[in-house]
Amino acid sequence: MEKNSSCCFSNLSSNLPITCLITFITIFLHRVLNVIYRTGKPLGKRVSPQRPLSTLIVLGSGHTAEMINLLLVLRKERFTPRFYIAAATDNMSLQKARVLENSLADSSETKGLSAEFMQIYRSREVGQSYVTSVWTTLVAMAHALWLMIKIRPQVVLCNGPGTCIPLCVIAFFIKVIGIRRSSIFYVESIARVKRLSLSGLLLYKLRIADQFFVQWPQLQRKYPRAHYVGCLM
Amino acid sequence: MGEARDGVKVKRVVFVTVGTTCFDALVKVADSQEVKDELYRRGYTDLLIQMGRGSYLPIKSTGDDGSLAVDYFTFSSSIADHLRSASLVISHAGSGSIFETLQLGKPLIVVVNEDLMDNHQSELAEELAERKHLYCARPLTLHQTIAGMDLNSLVPYSPGDATPVAKLINRFLGFPEES
Repeated sequence: MEKNSSCCFSNLSSNLPITCLITFITIFLHRVLNVIYRTGKPLGKRVSPQRPLSTLIVLGSGHTAEMINLLLVLRKERFTPRFYIAAATDNMSLQKARVLENSLADSSETKGLSAEFMQIYRSREVGQSYVTSVWTTLVAMAHALWLMIKIRPQVVLCNGPGTCIPLCVIAFFIKVIGIRRSSIFYVESIARVKRLSLSGLLLYKLRIADQFFVQWPQLQRKYPRAHYVGCLM
Repeated sequence: MGEARDGVKVKRVVFVTVGTTCFDALVKVADSQEVKDELYRRGYTDLLIQMGRGSYLPIKSTGDDGSLAVDYFTFSSSIADHLRSASLVISHAGSGSIFETLQLGKPLIVVVNEDLMDNHQSELAEELAERKHLYCARPLTLHQTIAGMDLNSLVPYSPGDATPVAKLINRFLGFPEES
């Protein structure tokens, strides 16, 4: 190039916005790949095992009973405070969760705010067309972002309802940005024997879930990165 | 049948449930003369239909004329009670209904709703039928299923266990193993 260095510098500065953009995108991609690489790697003993982890529990219609079964075998003092989220149109799931929390409060001395219940906009109703679902999913994403920033859970438990997708995607990006390292656990519903649900497929293929559990051996054969854990019900 | 004998009529109730769905095809076929006659022949006395959001209304009957007594309702806050007092359950293919019934040890016929798009529910019903925990049918084959069923051949379902999941989660997070 016959131009001198000062000209190159002015080229660079006039292209500063583009340079910044490229730098930003590169860092972002690097972070995404980094998080994906670390997805599924156990936290290891470096995490203090005694300190409880804030936990987000995603509930939804037919899936709630399975989640309750799982919660019954998890030690409450390890997973606290607990935040329960269900779709805005679903009242029964939160009710079941309240019943569970009440029974926990009775059996132990710990009182106080170890559980909170909230609702999120649905990304997609059952049978809703995929075209309109794009818009409703965006709304749900915005709402999920708001909730996740408030809660910043260290653990996310979900098992299938579409409501978990915005939350898990946001949790993933919070990891990318580096605000909070949350561990995402997904249990595919017992009703899924040969094929994954849409939520499951997304979380599996995009490697968003740290651990992916299936309840039937057929699914484990099809999706080798999943853990076969038998039936929860 | 009636008070002539010892005044106690043993009720054998068939409970039909569609959960929160609309499944007129099942309600209709359960209310059909064919199915009702078959149930009566097999010794059942009452047919109770939980019809959910459906629009087809069964015909109530007291069963005094030597046939099945038929009653119905839309929803109940305690399906569990109805399941417990049933001798046979005929249910839609929702996993909640299925497992609630199996855990109570009740004989179960699952009827798959063919009008549903993307019918993944049938996978669960078929898998459990293959393992002989229940019978699986479609609305049009319900009659034959009832006629040919041998409830003694059903294998009791042992309840599931969530501890394998808990173990893996705890291990991942670095919590010490349970003693």
